[in-house]
Amino acid sequence: MPNLEHPAYPSATLLHLESLVPCRESQVSMLLSIFGERQQFSFPSIFIYGHTSSGKTYVMQTLLNTLQLPHVFVNCVEYFTSRLLLEEILIQLQSCSSETKQTSHVPCDTFNDFVRLFKQAVASRELQDQTLYIVLDRAEQLREMEANILPAFLRLQELTDRNVTVVLLSEIVWELFRPNTGCFEPFTLYFPDYSIGHLQKILSQNHPPEYSVDFYAAYINILLGVFYMVCRDLKELQHLAALNFSKYCEPVVRGEASERDTRKLWKNIEPHLKKAMQTVYLREISSSQWERLQCDDREPGQLKGLSAHTHVELPYYSKFLLIAAYLASYNPVRTDKRFFLKHHGKIRKTNFMKKHEKTSNHLLGPKPFPLDRLLAILYSIVDNRVAPTANIFSQISSLVTLQLLSMVDHNDQLGGPRYKCTVSLDFIRAIAR
Amino acid sequence: GCFVFKPSPKKRRVSQKTVNDFRERNNDSGDAELRFVTCQSLWNKIKSETEQIQEDLNKQLFDNLGSFLRQSHSEFQEKTTKWTCRMKSREIPTAALVLGVNVTDHDLTFRSLSEVLQNNITPYIALLEAKDCPGIKNLMQKLMGQLMNCYIDVESLEDEDYVQVSQNRIRCSMTSLINWYKSVTKKTDSETPSKKRTSSSRHLQSPPVVVIFKDMESFSTKVLQDFIVISSQHIRELPLVLIFGIATSPMIIHSLLPHSVSSLLCIELFQSLSSKEHLSTIIDKLLLTAQFPFKLGEKVLQVLINIFLYHDFSVQNFIKGFQLCIVEHFYSQPLSVLCCQLVDLKKRVNSLSHDQCENIRRLPSFRRYVESQVSEKQIALLTADSFLKETIQKLLEDLHVYHENYVPVLRCLHVFTSSLPKYPLGKQIRELHCACLENRVWETKEYESCLQLARMLNKSDLVTMLQQCVEIFVSSSGKEFDKTVEKLKEFLTQFQKLEEAFQERDVSVSSQKELQKKTDLYHLQKTLLELKESRRSKKLTKFEMLRFEVVDYIDSLVRNYLVPADHKTLHEIVYFNTASVLRGHLNAAPRTALHTALNNPYCYLKNQALKSDGGSISNKAPDICIAYKLHLECGRLINLVDWLEAFSTVVMAVEGPNADAVSSDQVDDIIHARFIRAVSELELLGFIKPSKQKTDHVARLTWGGC
Repeated sequence: MPNLEHPAYPSATLLHLESLVPCRESQVSMLLSIFGERQQFSFPSIFIYGHTSSGKTYVMQTLLNTLQLPHVFVNCVEYFTSRLLLEEILIQLQSCSSETKQTSHVPCDTFNDFVRLFKQAVASRELQDQTLYIVLDRAEQLREMEANILPAFLRLQELTDRNVTVVLLSEIVWELFRPNTGCFEPFTLYFPDYSIGHLQKILSQNHPPEYSVDFYAAYINILLGVFYMVCRDLKELQHLAALNFSKYCEPVVRGEASERDTRKLWKNIEPHLKKAMQTVYLREISSSQWERLQCDDREPGQLKGLSAHTHVELPYYSKFLLIAAYLASYNPVRTDKRFFLKHHGKIRKTNFMKKHEKTSNHLLGPKPFPLDRLLAILYSIVDNRVAPTANIFSQISSLVTLQLLSMVDHNDQLGGPRYKCTVSLDFIRAIAR
Repeated sequence: GCFVFKPSPKKRRVSQKTVNDFRERNNDSGDAELRFVTCQSLWNKIKSETEQIQEDLNKQLFDNLGSFLRQSHSEFQEKTTKWTCRMKSREIPTAALVLGVNVTDHDLTFRSLSEVLQNNITPYIALLEAKDCPGIKNLMQKLMGQLMNCYIDVESLEDEDYVQVSQNRIRCSMTSLINWYKSVTKKTDSETPSKKRTSSSRHLQSPPVVVIFKDMESFSTKVLQDFIVISSQHIRELPLVLIFGIATSPMIIHSLLPHSVSSLLCIELFQSLSSKEHLSTIIDKLLLTAQFPFKLGEKVLQVLINIFLYHDFSVQNFIKGFQLCIVEHFYSQPLSVLCCQLVDLKKRVNSLSHDQCENIRRLPSFRRYVESQVSEKQIALLTADSFLKETIQKLLEDLHVYHENYVPVLRCLHVFTSSLPKYPLGKQIRELHCACLENRVWETKEYESCLQLARMLNKSDLVTMLQQCVEIFVSSSGKEFDKTVEKLKEFLTQFQKLEEAFQERDVSVSSQKELQKKTDLYHLQKTLLELKESRRSKKLTKFEMLRFEVVDYIDSLVRNYLVPADHKTLHEIVYFNTASVLRGHLNAAPRTALHTALNNPYCYLKNQALKSDGGSISNKAPDICIAYKLHLECGRLINLVDWLEAFSTVVMAVEGPNADAVSSDQVDDIIHARFIRAVSELELLGFIKPSKQKTDHVARLTWGGC
């Protein structure tokens, strides 16, 4: 295991840091060596990428906080426009330089303004000789802002001529960021996924105070055995572990098993965890409902998940409209005549034909159809005469807003709109019943 | 936005102008004013009644939501440091509120919901609509605007030291929202207990911030996702609760949000009452009661119910339709002045003018009544106003008594019919009501089969039904039912006695009971026939005799009390029956109307010259009508030259012989211009469009008769 070593920082701090970032020692030591000593200029921009919950944000935050490096931490999703983002950076800069002086809000519309204001802010700070770190979390959002934002951030050191390093955190690779016009290439660093051993180690670290480490580690082992196949998200696993731990302890609390009686505990928890995987993990039922279930010791079967409520009650004509839309979406136009114009005597034959074609059409997905065709099919499938009233037309648009139909190519408003049916066969079957 | 909401054409304004509108048509000023006032007071009563009903219906749902909201941030309030609380990721508490597809009703529900929440739980509520939030920026703006305004609404009047934050200056970010929340809650905390107002003590210590997404389906995925991600990062500082208004099914949450986002939520499901049940309650409380003098005729009720069931499921629209009926009735029927509460009746009848008396004499139902009287009385009724007034009062009182009796008997019959297999007279009481209004219900086939099935009911069912009927009659306001109740109770005691003599009856009934298990209508009828056969030979058991008696008694009640309303004299005064007007207003057919206007302009223009004589095209008609009629005869593609030729032929037709002498092959410039204008008007209306397939051709866009 590589121990963190750096001449600029006291070894006690480094040791503490190491304990805080398990399984990420090599990345941290790499970062430390890039950062260099406090006053040394570092690489202008660093790009860190890796999967969801591979510890990018956490590592950066702990690193900067423990070593007390001056930094600004901004989430790009939260500050969704360039203006908000730049202003937020400036505000954080001001607040960390001088807490007492309540600075007024400075508007910052362009990057040019930002560079100017940034220089001012840094100049007013006492820590001019230290490297300032600007961390942009969820940096993929930068691509959606003005074209100059991303390249400018990459060259911030050069533009401001100050000791500053921009760190970008993202879940996607650098290749997807690179603008067409080219830009300064940042130093890229990859955070690999945690392996199952890593997960085990990290999860076991946070054991509850009432129980021993081994006991909790055994529990984590069982939990990972169930969930590792579907979920490697550390946060989610931690959440699930906390949710189900009380159930695991139950036999111990009741005195039926000792802490060492792993097999018995496993038998108790395993079906429970499997149930959790089908419900809580998918957010079919909420965590608080799950906890309440555990307390009452009832079968979770009584509580229906979200997916159980698929039935939608629709008005009479809306049902027929939706069925007509479905038929129009999945049947080719040429078969309309055969299906809807023949006399009722030949229904059996047409049914057979439909089944034959359905297999291929269902793989292809819904096709757009014009409004007239929808209405023509509607008239032929409804038994009694349908008057084309305003109510019928408004129902079509309400089906669109309910996302049961979707409108394709909006541009031609006068020349007959085209729709697609977005519901599944099961849904239509339930409605047609 | 969804199922199109059509406000009733006459806005209820308390203004002289509206009264004048009422007056204009009928020229009898006194009554018009009175009618208007009556109409208004009636509507106000009905409105408050419906509001009350809605409040009661939603109570359960709102209570559940309230307790959910109160619980949702209990951990936040307690600031616990337990291990599980530390380890669990903080999810945003979310209520998925499934409201059904009747989107027009949602507005009212949300309004009352936010009112309830504001009163009991938290002052911080934001209602967001998809159309206001195309991007995350707009959403944040809207959210902050609503939250900060609500703060001002609640407290600014009393707090002088409150710093007014101008809305435009504030930065639209979560940080400023959190700062705002902190400052607001701190202020409430620091207040001395003596100063504490009732409003703040009703709320929790740190009340949650509720964000309601009215129409979840219409929000764009990106906006929702961003908002959830952002707010989940600050959930520890800002106790946010989301409420999703869902019109379809809760599955939409999963289809809109990926797992990474939905795992940030702690979703609980709440379901509102289905709008069909809602409607049943409304009909029960508004129509099946003698409380309101105004009644709906069968056809009208059918139109309203059909619009509800076939088109929109919207209870609001049903009530609006009902309102339209009231307005229309009081507006168009001069005699509706008598459609009032019983206490006012005498005064109003006495103050009827001679014209009004004549109006009454012209009523078909009254004429029938007159014809059934002896001749001296006929003369008196037709000539003496004072005698007429006396009679009217008596008749109207009779009508009121009829209504009072009608409702309990209808409910009683419904108790019987709703438990029969296959529901020959309908499952809902509204269907039964319609059937009874339509014609004599006891003459229908369905009623016949109902009675036959009722004669086959088993004892326990019969007894429970009788008990229900007794309850209905006891609680009803009708005065004539003392005897009925006695009779029914007598039946019940007889059944009790039978129970004691159970053994002797046992053998004979057992065979019957076996048959009763078959709920199939066909089988029942078959067994019924068999029973008839066997009855001749076999003596009926005591139970069977009693059962027959009961059914016959119910039948006699029905025949006595469920006479259709239009057989009653003076029913025109309280019943609104012009369904065609209602249909025209509520279920408009734009295509048909357009076709009629173009095909038969006389219908709208009322010009005698345009009176069509079938098929042929009159040249007096507007140009666009001529062009339209000609284009109906063409196929998919229309040749413009041929069309122009035909057009000019039609237009020139009247000019006669001298016209075709001038030019046979050259078209007049003016006619050419008129033709071009007509064609472009048709294009504007969407009947044709220019075609690229063939030069000088246009494509036709409509088909069929309309």
